Amino acid sequence: MRLLFGTMFALAVAAALGLGTTWVALTRGTAYGGVTIGAWTAWPKNGTTGIDPYARAMVVRTGELPVGSGDGVAFYASTDDAGESLDGRCDVLVSGITPQARFWTLTLYDPEGRLVANSIRRQGFTSQEIIRKADGAFDVAVGPRARPGNWLPTGGIDKYQLVLRLYDTPIGMATRTGADAPMPSITRRGCQ
Amino acid sequence: MIRLGLWLLAALLLGGIVHLATVLLLPNVATNDAYARVSAIAPVNSVIPVPPPTPENALMPFMDPAFATSICRYDLSRAPLKFSVPISPAYTSVSFYTRGDVAYYAINDRAAGRRVIELDLMTNAQRAELPENEDITAADRLIVTSPTTTGLIVIRALTPEPGWTPAARSSLAAARCRPQ
Repeated sequence: MRLLFGTMFALAVAAALGLGTTWVALTRGTAYGGVTIGAWTAWPKNGTTGIDPYARAMVVRTGELPVGSGDGVAFYASTDDAGESLDGRCDVLVSGITPQARFWTLTLYDPEGRLVANSIRRQGFTSQEIIRKADGAFDVAVGPRARPGNWLPTGGIDKYQLVLRLYDTPIGMATRTGADAPMPSITRRGCQ
Repeated sequence: MIRLGLWLLAALLLGGIVHLATVLLLPNVATNDAYARVSAIAPVNSVIPVPPPTPENALMPFMDPAFATSICRYDLSRAPLKFSVPISPAYTSVSFYTRGDVAYYAINDRAAGRRVIELDLMTNAQRAELPENEDITAADRLIVTSPTTTGLIVIRALTPEPGWTPAARSSLAAARCRPQ
């Protein structure tokens, strides 16, 4: 009786623990081998056959296709430089320059990777569309209300993430620091 | 008390095994991965345009809206595949994914170095069967070997500004993937 009870107990705990940790690992996005520069993180290895099992499981669960390493690399940011999560009701400034690449795109998604509806149907900018300052740097105003210059609307959703994709770029698995790859800063300006 | 501790230890070990097993097995049982999503709209061995992602509708999450995309879902079980796409004015890339959505090869227009990206896709076995006398080292014949018999070729053309969409779309419309 005691043995039976013990076995049941151990199996129940094991199942809860095992499945629970798997769920947390796959939904919280705890992949290994990331390159973090400021608020931005990329997983260049996910675009190769060297992708780790956690990232594979995550990719298969969400249904996305990672950017192939011969194509480019994607940097994700879900917080600003101060670590506050990106809130669509706040005004956020993305400012600076990008690492060397033939083209880049900056896109705004909700936490599930869907584009966000807004009145001007703008979901992002390409390196060719963006309005730059005299020194080549750019400012993108991310927020719920229209702004002059580069305005990326959030549609007022409470959480979003920014994805900066570099195409035809030397940035990849060998990249370690912001000295190799100067990423734009993300600063919160104010909230409604 | 000691007995409870032992049972807990056993539960922890078993829990670890359950965790690892589910993470490793998930790719084999997933029913809503990118390959399954593409299978729903694309027949085998033909190039299908993917509708541009919108807030309401997207084939996959995290698609880049600045690109026109076409997909070829391939099956090499009968024969190797010949693939070609003319490059678009801005930037064109071709990425290869296994049946399990692992990116195993990608090439862009600059790496291809020509007006048309052309290559032969085959399995390792088919590559080994290539006749010896055929000059497979010729620089103009790019051979890509697929780790799995089925998989996806994703062809993408950048539209740096909205006005470039027709040009990108027309170059993708000329993409071909055909069994040899």
